[in-house]
Amino acid sequence: MEEDVKLMKGNEALAHAAVRYGADGYFGYPITPQSEVLETLEELMPWETTGMTVLQAESEVAAINMVYGGASCGRAVMTSSSSPGVSLKMEGISYIAAGELPALIVNVMRGGPGLGTIQPSQADYFQATKGGGHGDYHLIVLAPNSVQEMADFVGLGFDLAFKYRTPAMILADGVVGQMMEKVVLPPVRPRRTQAEIIEQCPWAVTGKRGRGHRNVSTTLELQSNEMEKNNIRLRQTYDLIEANETRSEEFMTEDAEYLIVAFGCTSRICRKAIEDARAQGIKVGLLRPITLWPFPKEAVCRLSKQVKGILVAELNNGQMIEDVRLSLSVGSSVPVCHFGRTGGIVPNPQEVIDSLLSNFPQSK
Amino acid sequence: MKHEIIIAGFGGQGVLSMGKILAYAGLLDGLEVTWMPSYGPEQRGGTANVTVILSDSAISSPVLDTFDIAVILNQQSLDKFESHVKPGGLLIYDPYGIHRKPERSDINCVPINATEASVEMGNAKAYNMILLGALLRLCPMVSPDTVIAGLKKTLPERHHHLIPMNRQAIDRGAEIAGL
Repeated sequence: MEEDVKLMKGNEALAHAAVRYGADGYFGYPITPQSEVLETLEELMPWETTGMTVLQAESEVAAINMVYGGASCGRAVMTSSSSPGVSLKMEGISYIAAGELPALIVNVMRGGPGLGTIQPSQADYFQATKGGGHGDYHLIVLAPNSVQEMADFVGLGFDLAFKYRTPAMILADGVVGQMMEKVVLPPVRPRRTQAEIIEQCPWAVTGKRGRGHRNVSTTLELQSNEMEKNNIRLRQTYDLIEANETRSEEFMTEDAEYLIVAFGCTSRICRKAIEDARAQGIKVGLLRPITLWPFPKEAVCRLSKQVKGILVAELNNGQMIEDVRLSLSVGSSVPVCHFGRTGGIVPNPQEVIDSLLSNFPQSK
Repeated sequence: MKHEIIIAGFGGQGVLSMGKILAYAGLLDGLEVTWMPSYGPEQRGGTANVTVILSDSAISSPVLDTFDIAVILNQQSLDKFESHVKPGGLLIYDPYGIHRKPERSDINCVPINATEASVEMGNAKAYNMILLGALLRLCPMVSPDTVIAGLKKTLPERHHHLIPMNRQAIDRGAEIAGL
């Protein structure tokens, strides 16, 4: 056994990965099912080793505004919460996007709306991918489906956030947060020094430092023609992200006659359903979006031309299915059906097969 | 090789930690493992359960409908999971507190009186390790030595004096299962 293989929860792996990435700060407020993130960080006490700040804020709103402040200074800062808590953060997230600042936000989704349930859900898909906060902005949305990815996407999320100067979100769910699996933790990197931040982030609020001007971070622009320039610049960034950072994964699609599209924990359940369905002679494959925004439109479009039907499986009443439909070619006649469980219910693989067979009886 | 296991009982019986110890032993043996708990308010005095999968190949779903093995520690869990054991599978249960015995004839139902055994050992905390010992005797997916090695690696030094007691509990469970 390799020495660095650990057994831990997704939430714990994420906390370890943040320290190992060299994150400068974590600001959060406890909420099930992601409280282990803050708990693990408190246990690791990184302020004594890497100098990383870990702070339990007085509220989710305070936490996201601490992230806003840290990000303005070019620091690698993050927060995590679960659905109702993430709703509270939305104003701050919009400001961070408007300020063109890098930050990492983690949502370990639970059932909603409202306070809802503490059990797993994927009902925040719209909120994460279509805005959530006000104004014309996007988040880079990464959807892990394993404990390993809960660790790996911390580094990926921060790297993308800094590359494009935009907030990134890890959109996980109660299953991925709470389950334990093997994980190889990412390598330890030192935190960036102040000199490195000044060099790599010329926009950061770091004091005048011999420059002719002060950097100011603001999201207010009362001149419409200036504000539109900001909006156009953001649009250009989003175009670049769509062109370069769309990620997805396929399983048994080569000869598939039917396609399941699923993300996060549901993609794992569907993978098992596909293994079982294949054993019954049903030719079905899986497309798993890894980035929910940008959405893998081209992969959906390509596969839609090959299959007789698409089943979109998610823990909500039908959200990602809209992006699947928008990805089809104009005039495409491939039927797109939905399978969803809500309220915190996690379906088992047989339910997915049953839904596939009832929507596409000819698949058997 | 793949073992899909559900362990279910009351919160506080050591259901989740038994699953974790089993999963960690699997990890030490180089297996793929998942441990998926029920989490939330049901843990406080209500029922708790955990799905553990050990496999020599990648594990797809951590959530399952049917299981090769069920370890059942109370009546509610028996009512809930008896019908979810695959034909030919194994159901281990503690008869203490169970008023309706398992009825399936197409699976191997084995009573392990771990409550009684832990009282005899004078240590209620040995309860889940007795059951684990019985499980590993009936289905040797990992060795008891690996379980102990796992405890040595995961327990803080200050608790290492408890390891011999855990070893005794595992051996006692294996003994009961072998009778």
